[in-house]
Amino acid sequence: MTRLLVRGARILGGHPADLLIEDGVIRQVGSLGAAEGVEVMDADGLVALPGLVDLHVHLREPGREDAETIATGSAAAAAGGFTAVFAMANTSPVTDTAEAAERILDLGRASGLVDVVPVGAVTKGLDGAELAELGLMARSRARVRVFSDDGRCVHDARLMRRALEYIKPFGGVISQHAQDPHLADGSACCHEGELSGRLGLPGWPAVAEETIVARDVMLARHTGSRVHVAHVSTAGTVEVVRWAKAQGIDVTAEVTPHHLALTTDLLVGYDPVYKVNPPLRPQEDVEALRAALADGTIDAVATDHAPHARHDKEHTFVDAAFGMLGLETALAVVSDLMVRPGLLDWSDVARVMSTTPARIGGLPDQGRPLQPGSPANITLVDPDREVTVDAAASRSLSRNNPWHGRTLRGAVHATIHRGTVTHSTDTNVMETAS
Amino acid sequence: MTRHMLSSADLSRTEVLDILATAESMHDLQRREVKKVPTLRGRTVINFFFEDSTRTRSSFEIAGKWMSADTINLSAKGSSTSKGESLRDTAMTIDAMAVDALVIRHNASGACHQVAQWVRCSVINAGDGTHEHPTQALLDAYTLRSRLGDLDGKHVVIVGDLTHSRVFRSNVITLKTLGARVTVVAPPTLMPSGIVGWSATDGFATSWDLDAVLDGEDPVDAVMMLRVQRERMSGGYFPTAREYTVGYGLTRDRLDRLVARNPDVLILHPGPMNRGLEIAAEAADSARSVVLDQVSAGVAVRMAVLYHLLAGNDDAPREPAELETSTTGASAPSAPTQPEGVAR
Ligand SMILES: [Zn+2]
Repeated sequence: MTRLLVRGARILGGHPADLLIEDGVIRQVGSLGAAEGVEVMDADGLVALPGLVDLHVHLREPGREDAETIATGSAAAAAGGFTAVFAMANTSPVTDTAEAAERILDLGRASGLVDVVPVGAVTKGLDGAELAELGLMARSRARVRVFSDDGRCVHDARLMRRALEYIKPFGGVISQHAQDPHLADGSACCHEGELSGRLGLPGWPAVAEETIVARDVMLARHTGSRVHVAHVSTAGTVEVVRWAKAQGIDVTAEVTPHHLALTTDLLVGYDPVYKVNPPLRPQEDVEALRAALADGTIDAVATDHAPHARHDKEHTFVDAAFGMLGLETALAVVSDLMVRPGLLDWSDVARVMSTTPARIGGLPDQGRPLQPGSPANITLVDPDREVTVDAAASRSLSRNNPWHGRTLRGAVHATIHRGTVTHSTDTNVMETAS
Repeated sequence: MTRHMLSSADLSRTEVLDILATAESMHDLQRREVKKVPTLRGRTVINFFFEDSTRTRSSFEIAGKWMSADTINLSAKGSSTSKGESLRDTAMTIDAMAVDALVIRHNASGACHQVAQWVRCSVINAGDGTHEHPTQALLDAYTLRSRLGDLDGKHVVIVGDLTHSRVFRSNVITLKTLGARVTVVAPPTLMPSGIVGWSATDGFATSWDLDAVLDGEDPVDAVMMLRVQRERMSGGYFPTAREYTVGYGLTRDRLDRLVARNPDVLILHPGPMNRGLEIAAEAADSARSVVLDQVSAGVAVRMAVLYHLLAGNDDAPREPAELETSTTGASAPSAPTQPEGVAR
C-alpha cells in the first residue's frame, strides 16, 4: 500500500491541513501526524486545488507525432497541474469511431500521467456533412461525452440540431467551435478591426463567432439539449451567453488563458506565434472575458493547447498554422491575471479549472472536493513564486509558446494524479517519515 | 532609415525628400546615352518575386544594373517554396550566399517584415500582400512633386479598392509625411475594416461619394485611381462592373468636371489599368494623365532607394560624386546631398 502525506497545504487557499493519501484515494484530511513508512510532501505555504481539468487540448496523435504525442502532451499537462485533459478529435485519422476513441484512451493510460479523455467528432471526418457514430463512441470503453468538430464549426444548422437531439439519451454535450465559414473564411487570420485594415491581413470578425453562438443557444433551447461554447473570444459572445443563461438555456462556455491575457496588438510584427483561432481580440474584449469568468457567465478555463512543429509556424502569417501552447502556463496566467488583481480567489480557480470542467465533461473521478473518499487528484500551487517562461524547457514537443520570456506570478508546484506524484518542481520535497 | 525598407512609415520627411532628391539625379542619368554608373559595383541584389510583377521587377532590375550591381531574379515558381520549404528556410538560404539586398514581392502581408527578422542583408519591400508598397508611394510622390512642386497642402484623392490595395496604404503614409491632404473614396465594401479610426489617427478623410469629393469645396490637385481586381466582382464587393464605373470610375464626365475646375489636375494610376472599369480611356490617355511618368520615375526612385540602403555601408563609402564618373562626361547630375544622421 502506497501512502503519501501532504503536509500543511492550504486547501483552496484556506487554512493549512494535512492530507493522507492511500492507494490513490484521499483517506484523511486534518491535523495528522506522520505514521511510520509514510512518504511526506512538505506543502507549507502551498495552495491545494482539486487536480486541474482541461476541456480542450490538441495532442496531435495519431497523425502528427512530430508536433506532440499523447505521452509528451500528458507530460506537459502534468507539469501544468492537470490531472485530466480532453483530447480534441481533429487528429489524422479523426476520432470519429468507438475504436479510435478507445485507442486514445489506451494511449493515455499507457502514459499514466493524466486521464486522457477523447472528444468524439460530431461529423464523420469533420466534414460537416454526416453525423459520426456518436452513440457507439458514448457506449465504448472511452465513455465519450463531449463531441466536437473543433478546428471547424458545425455550420449546417440542421445537422447541429440533429446532433443536439441525438446526444440527449447519453447526456452528451456538443462543444462548438463557433466560426461562420462565410463571415470568417479559411484565409481569415486576425481580428477584423483597425489593425487588420492597416496590416492588410484578412479579418476574422467578432460577428462570425457571435452569430453562431446565438444560433446554437436557440437550437439548444429548441432541443432541450446541452451546448458548450469553445474558446469564447468576444464581448458580444459573452452577452449572448449571459442572455441564454438568464433564459435557463443549457449552455456552458470556456475561455482560454491567452484570450484572457493577450491582445491583437501583438500582431504588429506579424509573428506567427500569436496566430490563433479564434484570433486575439482587442483590450475591450479581453476585459469582458475576464469579467465574464469572474461573474460565472463563462464557466471554465480551457487551454486549446495547440502544438505545432517549427516548420509549420515559420511561414508567412497568412500561411502559418493556427494555435499556441497552453498546458504548462495556464495556471500561472490565471494566477497572475485573475487571482492577483482579486478577480478570482483560489476556490474560484478550483471551480473554473477543475470542478466545472469535470462536470461539463462528465468525469466522476475528477474535480472532486479534497475530502476523505475522493480520488487523490490534487494540484499544489505556489501562489508567490515568479516564473519566467522558457519555451526551450517545455515538456511539449513543440515550441510555439507565446509566453516565452514573460514573467508570471503563481506556479504549479506539484501534481498528484490518482495518488501518484506526476510532477514536482522540487525533487527534494519528498521524505519518508521514520 | 533602418537598413531595410519595409514600410513607408520607416521614412521621415527628411529621408523621403533626400531619396527624392537622389532620384532626380538618377532620373537625369536615365536620359543619357550610356546609363551605367559604378555606384554599386560588387554589390549583389536579389529580386525575389513570389508573385508575378513584370513592371516592378524589371524596374528594380534596371535600377540595379544601371548602378552596376549584380542583380539576380528569382521567382517562386520552381523555387523550393513550392516544394513546401518554410519562408524562413528560403530566406536563410539566400542570406547565406552573402547577398547585399533582397528585394521581395510576396502575396502575403508582412512577409518582408518576417524575412527581415531572419537575414543579415537589407530587405526592400516590393509589395507584400495587401499591406504596403513603399517604393510605389515614393515614385508617386516623385511624379506629383515634379508637376506640382512642394506637396504641402495639396489635395490628393485616392479612389478604388482600398481594402486590397498596398499602393493606397503606402501612399497615405508618404503623402501625409510630405504634408499633402488626402481623401480616400470607395464603396463601404472596399474600405478596410476600422478605417474610420485609422483615418482619424493618421489624418486623412474618407468618403463613399466620389462626386461629392470631386465637386466639393476643396479643389483637387491629383486623383489616384486604384486597380480593381476582376475577381472582386464575384466576391460580392459590388454588384456589377457597370455599377462600379457609374459610382467610382474616372469617367469622361468626371474628368471634364475636374479639368474645368483645375486645368492642372493630375491623373495617376499604378497600373495595369482596367480601361472602361475604373478609368475611362479618355482619362487614361488625357494630357492630365501622368501614368507613364510614374513608370519612368519608378526606375529612378528604385535606384535612389538602392543607393541609400547599399552605397556607403562598407569600409570605403561610395560618395554620390561617383555618379559623375559617367562615360559621357556631359551633363553630370548634381550630387545629392546626404542628410545628417541617417542611419543605415
Ligand atoms: Zn477551436
